Amino acid sequence: MHDRPIDQRIHDFYEVDGGLTPKEAKIEAERCLQCKKPLCVKGCPVNIDIPAFIREVAAGDFKKAAAIIREQNMLPAICGRVCPQEVQCEGECVLGIKEKPISIGELERFVADTERAHGMVLPQKKASTGRRVAVVGAGPAGLTASAELARMGYHVTLFESLHAAGGVLMYGIPAFRLPKEIVRAEVDAVLSLGVELKLNHLVGRSVTVKELLSYDAVFLGTGAGLPYFMGLPGENLPGVYSANEFLTRVNLMHADRFPVYDTPVKRGSRVVVAGGGNVAMDAARVARRLGGKVTLVYRRREEDLPAREAETLRAKEEGIEFVMCANPVKILGDQVITGVGCVRMEMCDLDQSGRPEPAPIEGSHFTIDADVFIAAIGQGPNPLLISEMPELKRGKRGNVIVDNEFRTSMRKVFAGGDVATGAATVILAMGAAKSAAHAIDRMLREE
Amino acid sequence: MYSIEKAGQLADKVFQMWVKAPHVAHHAQAGQFVIIRIDEKGERIPLTISAVDGDSFRVIFMTIGKTTTHLAALRTGDHIQDVAGPLGKPSEMHRFGTCVLVGGGVGTASLPIIARALKASGNRVIGIAGARNAGLLILEDEMSKACDELLISTDDGTKGFHGFAADLLKQVMARERVDAVWIIGPAMMMKVTCEVTRPAGIKTFVSLNPVMVDGTGMCGSCRVIVDGETKFACVDGPEFDAHKVDFNMLMGRLRTYQPEEKESLERYNAHICACKGGDHHA
Ligand SMILES: Cc1cc2nc3c(=O)[nH]c(=O)nc-3n(C[C@H](O)[C@H](O)[C@H](O)COP(=O)(O)OP(=O)(O)OC[C@H]3O[C@@H](n4cnc5c(N)ncnc54)[C@H](O)[C@@H]3O)c2cc1C
Ligand SMILES: Cc1cc2nc3c(=O)[nH]c(=O)nc-3n(C[C@H](O)[C@H](O)[C@H](O)COP(=O)(O)OP(=O)(O)OC[C@H]3O[C@@H](n4cnc5c(N)ncnc54)[C@H](O)[C@@H]3O)c2cc1C
Ligand code: SF4
Ligand code: SF4
Ligand code: FES
Repeated sequence: MHDRPIDQRIHDFYEVDGGLTPKEAKIEAERCLQCKKPLCVKGCPVNIDIPAFIREVAAGDFKKAAAIIREQNMLPAICGRVCPQEVQCEGECVLGIKEKPISIGELERFVADTERAHGMVLPQKKASTGRRVAVVGAGPAGLTASAELARMGYHVTLFESLHAAGGVLMYGIPAFRLPKEIVRAEVDAVLSLGVELKLNHLVGRSVTVKELLSYDAVFLGTGAGLPYFMGLPGENLPGVYSANEFLTRVNLMHADRFPVYDTPVKRGSRVVVAGGGNVAMDAARVARRLGGKVTLVYRRREEDLPAREAETLRAKEEGIEFVMCANPVKILGDQVITGVGCVRMEMCDLDQSGRPEPAPIEGSHFTIDADVFIAAIGQGPNPLLISEMPELKRGKRGNVIVDNEFRTSMRKVFAGGDVATGAATVILAMGAAKSAAHAIDRMLREE
Repeated sequence: MYSIEKAGQLADKVFQMWVKAPHVAHHAQAGQFVIIRIDEKGERIPLTISAVDGDSFRVIFMTIGKTTTHLAALRTGDHIQDVAGPLGKPSEMHRFGTCVLVGGGVGTASLPIIARALKASGNRVIGIAGARNAGLLILEDEMSKACDELLISTDDGTKGFHGFAADLLKQVMARERVDAVWIIGPAMMMKVTCEVTRPAGIKTFVSLNPVMVDGTGMCGSCRVIVDGETKFACVDGPEFDAHKVDFNMLMGRLRTYQPEEKESLERYNAHICACKGGDHHA
C-alpha cells in the first residue's frame, strides 16, 4: 500500500493507492505458507485458487498467476481494489491469527494490472450450446453472470440502461479508488468472450418483460440503486443530493471537469454528508476534492462506522471532519440550502444487529453551515423492472427473493447481487452471479 | 451511435429531429420520453417522444441552453452517441369521453401522439395550442389532423385567439362537458392553467420537467412532490395529477444550475464563433 501524499491527492481524482512493485509483490507472496487446506479460498466467494496464484507470483511468473485468477474471476483488477478483503479472503488467512495476513487483494490487483499492461489472455470457452440467455444490468453481478454463461457456450445478451457498463463500479465508486479505465478494460474482457452488450436499454421499457421471457433463461442483476431520502424538511432545496446523484454526476458524467464536460454539480464550499458507510465516505471524499470543507455526520459512534476502516482513515487524513452520534433533522434555507440542523444522539438499548440503538437527546440541537447536503443513508433495490413483473416474489425491503439456486419465483428467471440481498458488496454480487450462472446451465442442460 | 434521419427548424428557436433507434421506436407510447447524450462530454437531457415512424422517433425541442443549442446545430446524417428509452410511464389511456389537450409553446410537441392514442381509445379530442406569438406556433397541421378540433391562442394576438390557452380552456368548459385534460408546457404555465379545471374537479394531467440525470430511478434528481409524497418523475411520471403537484418545489429545483447553465452556453457560443462549428469541446 503506497498512498499518494495527502496534499496532492485531495486536488485530483487519480488513484490514492499506488499498488505494489514487482519486488514487493514477490516478497509478500513468499510469506504465503501454501496451506494444504487454504482457509483463504473459503473466504473468496468466487473461489480463486489463492495459494496457486500466489505461488506463481513468488516464482515471478505473473502471466501464469493471471491465468489462474482469470479462471475464476473476470474482474480481478476491480476486486483487488474494492473487495473488503479483511472480512473475505484475508480475514480467513491463517497468518492473520499470529501476524499480518497475506495482502491477497494487493497481490491480485498487482497481477491483474501487470497482465493488463502486457495484454490479457482470455480463459477457454466451450462450444456454443445454441441457447440464449438474457442478463439484465451490467454491474458486477450481471458482468459475472454474462462471462460465466458465455464461457459455458451460451449466447448472452446483456442489457444495461445507462450509457456505460459497470453499474456502481462506474457511477458510484470514485476514480481515486477505482480508475474508470480499469473498469472499462475488465468490461471489455467480458465482452470479448462474445457477450452482446446493449447499452441504453432499460428492461421493462426498451425491452418488454414478454420479450425478456422469450430467452431460454434470464438473470436479473439490476442492483440496489434506489436512493433513500431522510424525509427531512427542506430536503428538496437546490443543493441537496442523494449520494447516488452526487457521485453519478462526478464519476459517470465527469462534473468535476465542468464546463469541459457539460454536466454540472454544485461545488459546495461547506458540505455535510449524512451516513457512515462506504457510500458516505466516497461522497465526502469526492466533495473534498471538489474543494469543499466537508463534515460527515453519523448517528452512531465511531466504532460503529460500517465503512471499511482503511477508507475511514483516508477520509480523516484528507481533512474530513467527523461528527459522531449526531443526526440531521432539518435542512435550513429558503431558496437554497444554508445549513443543516442536527441533534446529538445517545446510545441506548441494543438493536436486532446487537448494536446500541441511537436515540436523540432532547434539547441538543445544533447547526452546521452548509451549501451542499448529501444523504448517504442507503439504497433499496431498483423497483422499475421488478414492479413490471408482479409474479416475482419480493421481500419486505423490495428485494427479489431467491432460493439457494438463485431461482426466483418465476420460471427461468434467476437473480443475484444487490437486487436480491439489498446493498452489499461487489464480491458477494459476483459470487451469487457465478452460482446463478451454473444453476442456469444445470437447468438448461436438464431440459 | 444513433443516426439523425431528418433535422430541421419548425419555428423560432424550435427544432425537430428524427432519430433512428429501434429499441425506442418499437416500444414508445404516448407520454414517454428519451434521454440523449450527444457525445462523450455531453450532458444527459430528457426530451419527449413526439412521434414514431418505423425504426425512428421524433423529438421537438427549444434551444435554451448548451445542449439544446448544440443539438440544433446537428444535421441529417449526423449521429447522437446515446439514446436511452422509452422512459417514464405512458399517459393514462382509456375512454374518458371528451378530452382537451393544452400545449404551451414547445409543450405542444408532446400532444399529437397523446391525441392519436386518445382517439384510438374512443375519445373525442379537442386541442388547444398556445404560444407567445404566431412565430412560435408549431404542429398546427398535425394537431388539426390528430384532434377533432384545434383551437389556437397567442399572447399577442398575432394568430388565433388573443390571450392565453387557459382562456380557451375556460371557453371549451363553458361550452361543453370535459372529462379529462392534459396540460403540457413550462412549469409556470401548467401551474396557472390547471387552476382552471380544479374547481370543476376535472381529471387533469401535467407532464413535469425536473432536471434529470439517469432517467431510471437511480439518482433522485427528478424528485417532485405529488399529493405530499416524494415521487421520481422519471419512473413514477412524468405525467401526474395536476391538482396534486407542488409546482413551487418544482420551479425552485429547476433553478439549481442557473449559473452553471449560463457559463456552459456562453462557453459554447464563444467556441462556435471561434471554430465555426468544429469541436467546441476542444
Ligand atoms: C458509492 C458506493 C461505494 C461502494 N463501495 C464498495 C466497495 O468499496 N467495495 C464493495 O465491495 N462494494 C462497494 N459498494 C457496493 C457495491 O458496489 C454493490 O454491492 C455492487 O455494485 C452490486 O452489484 P450489482 O451488480 O448487484 O448491482 P449494480 O452495481 O447496482 O448494477 C446494476 C446495474 O443494473 C442496471 N439496471 C438496473 N435496472 C435495469 C433495467 N431495468 N434494465 C437494464 N439495466 C438495469 C443499472 O444501471 C446498473 O448498471 C459500493 C456502493 C456504492 C454505491
Ligand atoms: C420528461 C421531460 C421531457 C422533456 N421534453 C422536452 C421536449 O420535448 N422539448 C424540449 O424542448 N424540452 C423538453 N424538456 C426540457 C429539456 O430537457 C431541457 O430543455 C434541456 O435539458 C435543456 O438543456 P440545455 O443544456 O439546452 O439547457 P440548460 O442551460 O442546461 O438548462 C436550461 C433549463 O433546462 C432545464 N434542464 C437543464 N438540464 C436538464 C436536465 N438534465 N434534465 C431536465 N431539465 C434540464 C432546467 O430548467 C434549466 O434551467 C423535457 C424535460 C423533461 C424532464
Ligand atoms: S476476489 Fe476478493 S475475496 Fe476473492 S481473493 Fe480476490 S480480493 Fe479476496
Ligand atoms: S491462508 Fe494465507 S497463508 Fe494459507 S494459503 Fe491462503 S494466503 Fe497463503
Ligand atoms: S432522473 Fe435520476 S431518479 Fe429520475
